[in-house]
Amino acid sequence: MLRFILGFIGALFAAVLLISFFSNLATYFQNPPAPLAAEEFHREHKEVHFASDGPFGKFDKAQLQRGFQVYSEVCSACHSLKMVSFRELKALGYNDAEIKKIASDWKTQVPSINPDTGEPATRKALPSDTFPAPFANETAARAANNNALPPDLSLITKAREGGAAYVYSLLTGYRNADTYRDEKGRAVPAEAKPTPGLHFNPYFANLNLAMPPPLVSDGQVTYADGTKPTVDQMAKDVSAFLAWTAEPNLESRHAAGLAVAIFLLIACILGYLAYQQIWYEAKRSVRVTGALDPENQAKSRRAKAKQGVAG
Amino acid sequence: MATKAQSAEGPATTGSDGDGVRRRDFLNVAAVSFAGVGAVAALAPLFVQMAPSADVLALATTEVDISKVQSGQGIKTQWRKQPVFIRNLTPKEIAEANAVPLSDLRDPQTLAERTKPGKANWLITLGVCTHLGCVPLGISEGENKGPYGGYFCPCHGSMYDTAARIRQGPAPKNLEVPEYKFTSPTTVQIG
Amino acid sequence: MSFHWAKPYEPKNSFMRWLDERLPLPRLVYGAIGGGYPVPRNLNYFWNFGVLAGIFLTIQIITGIVLAMHFYATTDGAFNSVNQLIMRDVNAGWLLRYAHMNGASFFFLVTYIHIFRGLYYGSYKAPRELVWMLGLVIYLLMMATGFMGYVLPWGQMSYWGAQVITGFFSAFPLVGEPIRVWLLGGYAPDQAALTRFFSLHYLLPFVIAGVVILHIWALHIPGSGNPTGVDVKSERDTLPFHPFYTAKDGWFAAAILLAYALVTYFAPDYLGHPDNYIQANPLATPAHIVPEWYFWPFYAILRSFTVDFILPAKLWGVLAMFASILLLFFLPWLDKSPVRSGSYRPVFKRFFWLLVLDVLILGYIGGAPINWWRVALGQFASAYYFIHFLVILPLVSAFETPLPLPSSISESVLHGETQEAAPLGQNKPRRGSTATAG
Repeated sequence: MLRFILGFIGALFAAVLLISFFSNLATYFQNPPAPLAAEEFHREHKEVHFASDGPFGKFDKAQLQRGFQVYSEVCSACHSLKMVSFRELKALGYNDAEIKKIASDWKTQVPSINPDTGEPATRKALPSDTFPAPFANETAARAANNNALPPDLSLITKAREGGAAYVYSLLTGYRNADTYRDEKGRAVPAEAKPTPGLHFNPYFANLNLAMPPPLVSDGQVTYADGTKPTVDQMAKDVSAFLAWTAEPNLESRHAAGLAVAIFLLIACILGYLAYQQIWYEAKRSVRVTGALDPENQAKSRRAKAKQGVAG
Repeated sequence: MATKAQSAEGPATTGSDGDGVRRRDFLNVAAVSFAGVGAVAALAPLFVQMAPSADVLALATTEVDISKVQSGQGIKTQWRKQPVFIRNLTPKEIAEANAVPLSDLRDPQTLAERTKPGKANWLITLGVCTHLGCVPLGISEGENKGPYGGYFCPCHGSMYDTAARIRQGPAPKNLEVPEYKFTSPTTVQIG
Repeated sequence: MSFHWAKPYEPKNSFMRWLDERLPLPRLVYGAIGGGYPVPRNLNYFWNFGVLAGIFLTIQIITGIVLAMHFYATTDGAFNSVNQLIMRDVNAGWLLRYAHMNGASFFFLVTYIHIFRGLYYGSYKAPRELVWMLGLVIYLLMMATGFMGYVLPWGQMSYWGAQVITGFFSAFPLVGEPIRVWLLGGYAPDQAALTRFFSLHYLLPFVIAGVVILHIWALHIPGSGNPTGVDVKSERDTLPFHPFYTAKDGWFAAAILLAYALVTYFAPDYLGHPDNYIQANPLATPAHIVPEWYFWPFYAILRSFTVDFILPAKLWGVLAMFASILLLFFLPWLDKSPVRSGSYRPVFKRFFWLLVLDVLILGYIGGAPINWWRVALGQFASAYYFIHFLVILPLVSAFETPLPLPSSISESVLHGETQEAAPLGQNKPRRGSTATAG
């Protein structure tokens, strides 16, 4: 009885699914959905290698410093870095005095209270502070950016498919929508062209984003270490820097991981040997009498053959 | 999981495998000990995570601007989330402190030991009573400084003198002087 | 526990004797996982996965408790407490967070293998029906715990996942919406939902631990099953759990922990979704809302119902999703074949592998973006899932001719085995007779 009820329920679900299935197919064949321009023209991020890639990746401190310079001079005008404290810059190779100076010279100050009047005020940042945001809140940020909100960059490489490679592709991916042709030679259709205030970039999911190309010319930043600041170089460096802001512990993670993996491998091997040795006396394979001993096995094989069932 | 090294159970082993038994036990002991070491090492992050995190440690030093503290005044500020009393002693208060014989003190210390050389007027101490941790009165204008002119703890009646040394009441020690230095004539770095 | 030849507990240590006389815990442990629990000697590695699930439950509880020392259960503070405080500032915080995140994935992975072992070898059949059902209760509790845990970091997927899953309840007519609002403590996931999810997420693993104890207790009454499905007949069929299966579980656990360590240390975000590194925004829905991978098959079933038929499509989806798990409770009565193990049921075996393929397809569909052919495939695969359990299995079990079963698990003559064991040559090879057990 129970099985009939349950069987009926199963058949019911299957029936409704079949109705949905045929309806879905009918809809598809009658009105094939037009491919969205966004899907057609969207490009996967470029293939680019960063020092921090792979299980043995490490940060290139010089590159991180250059990337930080790009961030300070270009990106920080609109993008906050709210989760990073100035003191963390030690990992980039700066010493305490340099960090103190970077913090106190930072163009935005930390909100505080005037100790005498109690009015809102600002103070210079300390190494223990996080990077002050360029805008006080979301409303202010949108007001200054054509209603677009520049995202915080602390975790951006973890928050985007493709990570640092995506950021690099985006920064170097701006194109002229009128002259752009994809790999198949197609032009961008009118509905996918940017409206005023947006900029065409095939690496962005929706093809048009509110951020204008931030890196437009070589030499926008003058690197302290003398590296040639081409757009490509600046994009790579700032992407590497953002990979660091998202994962400051990457190097310790890799080092610890190697140690733990080796330890567990040895433990596994020792354990396996101990297991083998404990079991050597016990019978491990199934040794049976009755239907599965060698004589009866043959009988069993014949029985299976008769039923038409292989092996 | 095997918690103790034991030789394999099952059919009895005969004495002729003496050597084999030792090798058996060795492998078991080695495997279990190796795993044990790993288990202990795996405990380390669990304990280490309770230690103060990087953001707490970053606030272990505080800079205070003392330019506005006049002679005879004091301010209450914070260091490591605890109250700190910064007091600019008057010459009279300094003299009072120096006049006390050390044998009278429960916790003998001179004022010179509790201040920086050449800056005997700056008394910087934690504002935490050494009895059970209340915040004593006396640092601000109008608060009860107690009979010794220093601080008075309302909780159980501990009384401190102008050098913040315990004179009467249940507190065992003088108010603690934290590590500090003058980074300029008007700024002090505590911690 | 149930076999008369099980070795009784004999404390050698005087302290253990003193303890055992006052609180028979040593005796209990000995009889459950020590030398006093006889286990069939022919278990294969698919029998390791129950212990592995227990290990990952322990890992989750321990890492979870220490993470809770730093987590702020506020809508403003949650995301920062996880991604700034724990990941950057707390000593070893990044390790604990990644371990907990990936521990959940591995917990579900080993549990799924454990469940499929049960499906293939008929572990749900008499007399172990209650073991099976307690296991399903554990699985439901795991799903609830996992769902609530994922909401806590308050990322985009956390928030929108909470929206979608609590939205299921509103599919039910009349009572649905009031239940949803009651669950959330509001009209959308907000502070009330976050704090209560934190409380329940902390509680449920201990409930799981309690049900696990019942699950093991219920198992130890008839004793463990084995790959042949044939009952234990004599002492020759079994080995004491310690040291044989403690050793086997030990080394295999090290191997699985190695895989776990490689993911945690070298690809910690691989199984997750990047959108959860964006702080929750109630005003912006992510392009593709998907739950964590271990929920994907159910998500596929949910989304397969696209057409209203008497009931709204959304309600069909929710009902089917719940039914897909609840029908498993009836398995012992759906499949009444007296033969337990799939090894001796050739027709059943084929359908079993079809089921595995079906679940993998459903998993793929659940995690992929929607398009017409994926929806079609998902509908087909969902239909098969229900047909498999509710129509095929009862029919197969009624009409199948199984292969002949062995009469017992083993005979105890030991010979010809010494080459494969003792690779370090610890033991001289033996010839001829050996002492038989017992």
